[in-house]
Amino acid sequence: MKSCLIVDDSKVIRMVAKKILHELSFKTEEAEDGSAALEACKRSMPDAVLLDWNMPVMNGIDFLRALRQLPGGEHPVVVFCTTENDIEHIQEAITAGANEYIMKPFDSEILQAKFSQVGLL
Amino acid sequence: MRPEDFDFVAKLLKDRSGLVITRDKAYLLESRLTPVARKRGLKGLEDLVSGLRTAGEDLLREVTEAMTTNESFFFRDIKPFDQFKSVVLPHLLATRAAKKSFRIWSAASSSGQEAYTLAMVLKEEGARLAGWKIEIVGTDISTEMLEKAKAGLYSQFEVQRGLPIQLLVKYFKKTAEMWQIDPAIRGMVQYREYNLLHDLKPLGQFDVVFCRNVLIYFDQPTKTRVLDNMSRVMPDDGFLYLGGAETVLGISDKFKPIPDQRGVYSTTRAPAGIGTTK
Repeated sequence: MKSCLIVDDSKVIRMVAKKILHELSFKTEEAEDGSAALEACKRSMPDAVLLDWNMPVMNGIDFLRALRQLPGGEHPVVVFCTTENDIEHIQEAITAGANEYIMKPFDSEILQAKFSQVGLL
Repeated sequence: MRPEDFDFVAKLLKDRSGLVITRDKAYLLESRLTPVARKRGLKGLEDLVSGLRTAGEDLLREVTEAMTTNESFFFRDIKPFDQFKSVVLPHLLATRAAKKSFRIWSAASSSGQEAYTLAMVLKEEGARLAGWKIEIVGTDISTEMLEKAKAGLYSQFEVQRGLPIQLLVKYFKKTAEMWQIDPAIRGMVQYREYNLLHDLKPLGQFDVVFCRNVLIYFDQPTKTRVLDNMSRVMPDDGFLYLGGAETVLGISDKFKPIPDQRGVYSTTRAPAGIGTTK
């Protein structure tokens, strides 16, 4: 069973994502900001990270850059999931090492499509 | 809906588009035609049907379009496009090296995602195709869908179903709330209004035909007729792509499955072993 870390400061979004990911047979863990997510990754590297951009304490892009520096930090497939929907943000995310990018609002069909594109399904 | 009204509309659709609507799909008629009735200021389906009995071409066309418009998305099912790249394209490049050209048809192209996916796949090949003249033709019965395809404008929802993010960044521009595909990609596809039930010869010859998730809406004799007609506009070593739930087996002897290549068929006249070497 693959694992996915859900990183979002909205509890509602985390719940929605968790439900979809469980249906896709992922085991999930949650973090409410980038710094908590980084701690979770240091404890145990997930197979996938579903990542919000704007969060307090540490945002998504800073988390991603830090993650990729960690030992084993190249392993997780990182899929951004954010309301930022302009080319510049998407470009920045790809440069920082994101594998895919979901623009909110999303639904299970989009999440599933993106996860299968990057080989998680 | 009254049974005689249902029968009338079902026959109309079958004659005009080949679409087969059985009684158990009556809900589909209601859900798709109610908006048409409303748009025309009619009270309901009964008024629409009586309108159809005396209607001019406009209403007939609108009703046919409302019923035959189907969803489409970029890189639908992924696999066929990988296969196209690894099996069909090398064959075409080897066998058409002298004339350096081939043609691809996206039959029932809807809002254009399949045709544009092929255009992007070819564009990504870059230098390998330098000097080649490759035509992609998209046809559909719906003028509304053809307009959408030509405009190349897609919603945020549409560009997220199947399109890898790298290709979105590379080939699309954001315009207000929509995403528009690059003029260079748009320029690779020609769109034409065309009914698959008509004589296909005027479209010219196609080396590759994508006709996915179209035959499922036809009855058996119509499927046979369309496949036979398609084979007549294809060379001896042509390739046909069907949808995951479709087959030529038992329907047409003009095509044969390619071993180990699900969903792709070659014309029966093709030499044995075609498409099996990677």
